[in-house]
Amino acid sequence: MSDHVVNERRRQAIYGWIMLSPAAILLTTFAFYPTLATFWSSLFSRQTRRRPSEFKGFENYTDLFADPTFWKVVTNNLTYAFATIPISIAIALAMALWANSKIPARGFVRTAYFTPTVLPMIAAANLWLFFYTPGLGVLDQIGGFFGLPSVNWLGQPQTALWAVIIVTIWKEAGFFMIFYLAALQTIPEDLKEAADIEGCSRWTYTRRIVIPLLMPTTLFIMVNALINSVKLIDHLFILTKGGPNDASKLILYYIWEMAFAFFDAPHAAALTIIILAVLGIVAGIKFTILDKRTHYQ
Amino acid sequence: MKPLSKYVEALGAIILAIIWVSPLIFAFWAAFHSTSDAVNFNISSPWTLANFQSAWVGAPWLKYFINTFLLVTVILLGQFFVTTLAGFAFAQIRFPGRDFVFILVLMQLFILPEVLIVENYAMVSRLGLFDTILGVGMPYMASAFGIFLMRQAFKGIPIELHEAARIEGCSWIGILWRVYVPLARPTYLAYALVSVSTHWNNFLWPLIVTNSPDTRPLTVGLSIFGAPENGVDISVISAATMMSVAPLLIAFLIFQRQFVQAFLRTGIK
Repeated sequence: MSDHVVNERRRQAIYGWIMLSPAAILLTTFAFYPTLATFWSSLFSRQTRRRPSEFKGFENYTDLFADPTFWKVVTNNLTYAFATIPISIAIALAMALWANSKIPARGFVRTAYFTPTVLPMIAAANLWLFFYTPGLGVLDQIGGFFGLPSVNWLGQPQTALWAVIIVTIWKEAGFFMIFYLAALQTIPEDLKEAADIEGCSRWTYTRRIVIPLLMPTTLFIMVNALINSVKLIDHLFILTKGGPNDASKLILYYIWEMAFAFFDAPHAAALTIIILAVLGIVAGIKFTILDKRTHYQ
Repeated sequence: MKPLSKYVEALGAIILAIIWVSPLIFAFWAAFHSTSDAVNFNISSPWTLANFQSAWVGAPWLKYFINTFLLVTVILLGQFFVTTLAGFAFAQIRFPGRDFVFILVLMQLFILPEVLIVENYAMVSRLGLFDTILGVGMPYMASAFGIFLMRQAFKGIPIELHEAARIEGCSWIGILWRVYVPLARPTYLAYALVSVSTHWNNFLWPLIVTNSPDTRPLTVGLSIFGAPENGVDISVISAATMMSVAPLLIAFLIFQRQFVQAFLRTGIK
């Protein structure tokens, strides 16, 4: 190998690392190091003025598993995920099929579906507060019109979580619709023509041809929706604050509460590690199984 | 038979659209009416700006607007700088360890900054950035998503242009600046729209690292303003909400096509 080639390679390596360094430093500071530090601090007891923190092994984790609130919050978050993911995907698909077909007022329809996406979750929560407020709220007024009794949607354990779920679906369905719209536009016209010649109904065409072809998009959206079911908790701060009686408390909100309201950083750290482990499994599944099956490169 | 089902579908689409915008419409209505008129849906009642007046004096909104504006600008500039360099390194430079580091970067897609609030808070405090706009923005600058996006954009640029520039004696930085960056302009625009709307709306992390009106962004200000302890009535909250979403919402309605394209371009790899 000539000197020239060796030099060129060395120079590329140096340039490469210099260009990466800002990203590497920031990612280390705000992602990798904090992950390790979180794990480390989850192994120690809480530091108080009288007692220094001491090594506890996995005791913080066993504390969590013994805590009924933890299980309540996990159950809530699973309900949240299993309600928001399929419902928002189904609505997104319907929206995309409609927004892609020749209907009157299509521009308005598309805009209406997508608008919640550009609103902050906090603002969305304020808008919905107007719906949910007992007595004065829009829902109660509609109910009152039909002679139904007033319902405190956010104030009773049976409905609080569902009220939160509805806001999330409203917020994310339009966003997912965009991905379906893009995918729909890549489906060749001649498939539709062939289906027409064969005498397929529109419904059969949608079910047998369109939905299978949208499968990669659906998987992509599912991963996004799953991440959102961990991430989207801002509206809790406005609507329910996790209550009543923890009925609508979700994991990330619980982490925030433990760390910044109860100042119990070690247990918050343990809970963070559990979440990261779950997200890691999702990432593993996505990168190994899903990316091999679907080719959206 | 066929036209009938078409009408039914169109009707369904429009009803869903009306349901979808109704929270916004109601809030808009409430913002311009007195509380009792708003909750009674008195169509003939007079319009008023009083709610905006009492909302405006109730909190330092101008400060919040400026903070949010500064925040999204700082984040965007930081992201452009970091992701351009890293994206270029991953796309066009060959060096040992590249693929391994790339996998590390991809992992960050799943280590959400939101989840690491406790340690990131400690880190920001240690760096002396607590309650600063830089402190709110910094954890988002090295976005794995952005790096990935830029890498894809740079990979799509024909290598002949790169080689031509090299023959002309351009340096690496020169090639990046004169060939790659201009050609990736649509990706930058898309990324900017997504980044700005994400961070304009971000709440949890700014809530944690800001502690004064001098740094607080709109979302945090709005949540404090609307807190039930403050006893603000629903019309005034609606007015405040309308005020804080107006810039982004109006921008969206004007540049709708670009917004949608942006979300598409950045969403699908």
